[in-house]
Amino acid sequence: MEHQLPEEKVSYLKILKTAIFKENVIFRLVISLCPSIAVTNSVRNGFLLGIAVVFVQVMVNVTVAALRRFIHPRIRIPIFMLIISGWVTIVDMIMAAYARAAYKEIGLYIQIIVAFASILARAEMFASKNKVLPSFFDGLGSSLGFLGALVTISFFRELLGKGTLLGHTIVNAKPLLIMVMPTGGFLVVGLLMGFFNWIDMRFYGGKGAGGAGGH
Amino acid sequence: MEKEFLKLFELFIAASLINNFVFTRFLGLCIFFGVSKKMETAIGMSITFTAVMVISAALSWIVFQYVMIPLEITFLKIIIFIGIVAAFVQASDTIMRKVSPGLYYKLGVYLALISTNCIIIAVPLINAGEKYNFLESLSFGFGSGIGFALALTIMASIREKLELADVPRPFRGMPIAWITTALIALAFTGFSGLITL
Repeated sequence: MEHQLPEEKVSYLKILKTAIFKENVIFRLVISLCPSIAVTNSVRNGFLLGIAVVFVQVMVNVTVAALRRFIHPRIRIPIFMLIISGWVTIVDMIMAAYARAAYKEIGLYIQIIVAFASILARAEMFASKNKVLPSFFDGLGSSLGFLGALVTISFFRELLGKGTLLGHTIVNAKPLLIMVMPTGGFLVVGLLMGFFNWIDMRFYGGKGAGGAGGH
Repeated sequence: MEKEFLKLFELFIAASLINNFVFTRFLGLCIFFGVSKKMETAIGMSITFTAVMVISAALSWIVFQYVMIPLEITFLKIIIFIGIVAAFVQASDTIMRKVSPGLYYKLGVYLALISTNCIIIAVPLINAGEKYNFLESLSFGFGSGIGFALALTIMASIREKLELADVPRPFRGMPIAWITTALIALAFTGFSGLITL
């Protein structure tokens, strides 16, 4: 993982692409896993949490990048935590006010965004060393990768478990009820991760098995 | 009195087995997958984790009840709880470095990152949300810690064996660990009828 200072405009696209695919938070880096199962039993919940993460990640990256000159390196982690929890509180309140039904199901996980390693890692590895605009794109890419992963997982789980998508009936049966249970979540993530590893090995000559595991 | 004790016990069982944080609430997965490769680290982590969990549940209950409710700043609970937990973890980090350098060397990274663990912030948040009293909070925190320790040791013992198994290449490492977890989670759903709260 190397982050160079982007010199041309083209590299914004590259930052975005690397962050979405090569360093996909869930499937490649294997961090910030908790919500990947908890909220993915329906596409709506997965999407909403993904959007919340996109907002928090982008705002945190921008804030950290803008304030990076004023943050003393030795106390940077607590300050990052403060910035993150500030933005999470804002999202939490917005969700509680405008998306009440969904908030009842995923409220706890919204609050737990505060403990996401991916957000802290992005702020630490990228935003604290780069200007506002590149940080914006890095945050956007990394969180869009996260959103994409959540939607992919919840797509399979809702379709196979409930036979619906976004609440609309697709299959008039419940093919695999196990998919909406906790077990299904672990299973889908495991299989998808293996599948992406296989693609990486087969077509891109990668070594597969990314992720040292962390937070 | 006996009834209260029974309630505490029920809460403990519910937190550790029925609503096990890893298998039914899906929290703390990152640490769960991160340190479950070896039995030794898993046990060290479990002990540290349970201790941190109980103490941070107690600390945040006191702050919530005697500082935040009187001042009507409960909407700041996310920020304040993460602050309490981070400060406490930093302290226990320093203590562990002095008392047991060997274990500190092994757990180093994870211990430093405990403050970004989901469970440790979830327990105070749930305690505040469910309006548990002091003893209930403690019992819930302890149950969660034990539940996490149980999950971690089960997983570590399986993964040590898994090292020798002939797994297809793309599934080596993380993917097979997830699928194993799926099977354990299936077993844990068997606890769901044990106690009805």
